Amino acid sequence: MKKDNAMKHGLILGAFCLGFGILIALTDLVTAKEIAARALEDKINSLSQVLPAELHDNNPIADAITLKDEHGKDAIVYRALKGGKVTGLAYEIYGSGYAGEIKLMLGVDAAGKVLGVRVLAHKETPGLGDKIEVKKTDWILRFTDLALGNPPLEKWKVKKDGGQFDQFAGATITPRGVVKAIREGLEFYAANQAKMTEVN
Amino acid sequence: MATYGRIARDGLWDNNGVFSMLLGMCPTMAMTTSATNGFGMGVATAVVMAASGMLVAMFRNYITTEVRIPVFILIVASMVTVVDLSMNAWMHELYKVLGLFIPLIVSNCLPLARLEAFAAKEPVLPSLWDGIFMGTGFTIALTAIGAVREIVGSGTLFADASLLLGPAFKFMEMRFLPEDMGILLMILPPGGFLVTGLLVVAKRMIDLKAGKEIQMGGAHSVAA
Repeated sequence: MKKDNAMKHGLILGAFCLGFGILIALTDLVTAKEIAARALEDKINSLSQVLPAELHDNNPIADAITLKDEHGKDAIVYRALKGGKVTGLAYEIYGSGYAGEIKLMLGVDAAGKVLGVRVLAHKETPGLGDKIEVKKTDWILRFTDLALGNPPLEKWKVKKDGGQFDQFAGATITPRGVVKAIREGLEFYAANQAKMTEVN
Repeated sequence: MATYGRIARDGLWDNNGVFSMLLGMCPTMAMTTSATNGFGMGVATAVVMAASGMLVAMFRNYITTEVRIPVFILIVASMVTVVDLSMNAWMHELYKVLGLFIPLIVSNCLPLARLEAFAAKEPVLPSLWDGIFMGTGFTIALTAIGAVREIVGSGTLFADASLLLGPAFKFMEMRFLPEDMGILLMILPPGGFLVTGLLVVAKRMIDLKAGKEIQMGGAHSVAA
């Protein structure tokens, strides 16, 4: 009898799993297209902030290429083309902040000059580290038009480390991570310039 | 059999999920850095609670005692997934603010506690009602904690409410202190414990006061 009971409970649990599994599968079926569309919109939105519209007559997402970064990780590089020539590039860069990784989108022009940087995701302290968001302060805009060599490499640091970029009152680690990420992003461009600007 | 009035009163005040039962502390601490975030998390939890309460009550005669816990968790997790996917698809702006925290609802013991204590024994409508009011009580608690933390910590109230509720709610966004004048501790994790603790004390004091009046009428002490 006991065995029968275990069978019965197992079947009940199984039936619920099947039923709710179907429900979730149906929800996924209905929402998958919408979610993909929203994700694409988000991507276009963040790209448009670092790749000005007048720079390109193509779809940077369609003309993206995949390169290996210095850690052997795949990096997707979105490319702005105008008249068949690469005018700008955008790719994600990562900095280590106070509370984990900071994800940013960096846009550079064909000469390696920063077109713009925006924070995509971070877990920094609200009120302190989140000043890197363009929504909160304009701190991140100061990188526009800078490049490797402007300022010189040893000045690509926060002021506390002898560099030229302001940290925030009470938060040094966050801006330090962002400055380092941008410098490394520019170095990534310098190392891969030929591959990035080659149009096939 | 509990009456609808009693259920509503329990959920909103007498047996409030946060202030009386001290359940669901994980999202309560994590999501109350602003009144808007607390409100959004509360509403998402309320939707899950109402839906899962109704479903458990519907199937209550088929769910045997031995497998009830996994079935409850299955139902709550399914509802959370459905809410998560739907919000991502159709309320994307809201999802960008709350998305990270929606999966936290599964680990919230308040829905599970209500399924076990209420929906597993009661008919569909009272269970739906219980889910709605327990969820609303949870929303009020989270909004209250968020409001206190936000006012003291950031000097604002309902900041970004228009992102969550639409541009029509811009009028709710208020500023009490100049920028950078707030006490940062309040929006950091310790502030969550401090404010929740103080609000629990405040609720007990109100109950105690009300209880004394009942006592004078001859009833035994309700201060427990």
